[in-house]
Amino acid sequence: MFIVEILDEVKRDYVQEVLKKGKRPEERGFFDYREIALKKGVLSSAEGSALARIGKTQVLAAVKIGVGTPFPDRPNEGIMSTSSELLPLASPYFEPGPPNENSIELARIVDRGIRSSETIDLESFYLEEGKVMSLFIDLYVLDHSGNLIDASALAAMAALLDVKMPRVEECKIIRTEHVGSLKLGEKVVACTFAKIGEAIVLDASVDEEAATDARITIATVPETVCAVQKSGRGALKVSEIDALIDKSLEKGKELRKLLV
Amino acid sequence: MGEKPKLIVNGVRTDGRKPGDLRSLKITAGFLHRADGSAYLEWGENKILAAVYGPRECVPRHDMNPYKACVRCRYVMAPFASLEEHGRSGPSRRSIELSKVIREVFENVVLSEQFPKTAIDVYIEVLQADGGTRCAGITAASVALANAGIPMKDLVSAVAVGKVDGELVLDCNKIEDNHGESDVPIAFAARNKDVLLFQMDGLLSKQELGKAFEMAEAASEYIHEVQVNALKEVYEKKKAEIEGENNGV
Repeated sequence: MFIVEILDEVKRDYVQEVLKKGKRPEERGFFDYREIALKKGVLSSAEGSALARIGKTQVLAAVKIGVGTPFPDRPNEGIMSTSSELLPLASPYFEPGPPNENSIELARIVDRGIRSSETIDLESFYLEEGKVMSLFIDLYVLDHSGNLIDASALAAMAALLDVKMPRVEECKIIRTEHVGSLKLGEKVVACTFAKIGEAIVLDASVDEEAATDARITIATVPETVCAVQKSGRGALKVSEIDALIDKSLEKGKELRKLLV
Repeated sequence: MGEKPKLIVNGVRTDGRKPGDLRSLKITAGFLHRADGSAYLEWGENKILAAVYGPRECVPRHDMNPYKACVRCRYVMAPFASLEEHGRSGPSRRSIELSKVIREVFENVVLSEQFPKTAIDVYIEVLQADGGTRCAGITAASVALANAGIPMKDLVSAVAVGKVDGELVLDCNKIEDNHGESDVPIAFAARNKDVLLFQMDGLLSKQELGKAFEMAEAASEYIHEVQVNALKEVYEKKKAEIEGENNGV
């Protein structure tokens, strides 16, 4: 058995003990976020960019605009694609190589939230028969100290708000000229909860994640749920899910205030 | 995909069902011969094979867990599974994500502590897809695991609820999936109604989600019944065979 696995076991016991006493290892409330900081426009090469920090977690999101061919089943819509990189510099457990299931899941949850919310009007990306604008969101995980999903969702939304649309002439992008910002609908935010033993906490730290039995991410726009992902081997009760939807709608308001 | 057709006309769906109806569901347990356990499932136009190998030696060794069996899952869609063009073979990003959440469903119910250092492999091959394949895959794999004689806390029954033309409907087919407003696949542990899989996309209010859970839970009871019957059938057949042999002697 690896030493890291033994450490995880020890952490799990410790976290569970602390939670049983009604406290969290870092002394915050069960439904409190760590300090959140958002910085838009951190890159000039991308049309939009943002760095999101939740506690010591840092995720960089970049949005690039291009011209591409539409999907054959949606000939009138632009293309949107989200990918994520769990960079080896972000955690001792991350290794170089093609995206693994965690990386793919992370990108797909963020993508699903944005896509379902219809915050981006993909039909407005239509240029001409067989040509549409494409929008790529790249999520670069720089520092993994827990809750990558919420940080990535925030970074992505902030980067979208930061987008300066390039001028498009005869299906060519002129990157030096901008024609205003990207038109967006409601702001999407994600809240991720961890069930550890019988306790449920928001915004789990790395240690709490090591002790997590089940995880659920609920992405919302005001008053409406737009994407959910439950994961982990643990189970949730319908009543718990019900309460967490309320919590996410409530917490979503706080997060949306940060997205200006 | 083109123009969105009208999906519900006078309360009737494209395939003649009412909003709360399931498509026909047929499960055959023990369909394959080499696998330790298997199931073939037809659910509407979905055709899915699930097979289980294990507990067996865990290769590669770094997957091995000294305290329990390593449960692995591979969900893939055949390149010829859809009505559209020939797809790429092998796992896509979508199927890697689904394989992960499906694996987690079975990590919950399989009593993996009984088989330390081994691997239990669950293979789900979607041969024909018509919407709701992950739920169908989970339902089939659950039967395959039981058929392999792997001890489990429970069978798992899964079904999706969707929102189509503004209305919640059970068990979406492909057209409804493609043009619908929302899709909510849910998997329940049959006995205690633990939610083991829950995904959602599209826009739904909290009330609608509550209703979706009610619909899925009710349907999961019927699905569970079909699963149990499929398993019973295999063992009754086996029993008859053994009795036949004994009489022959």
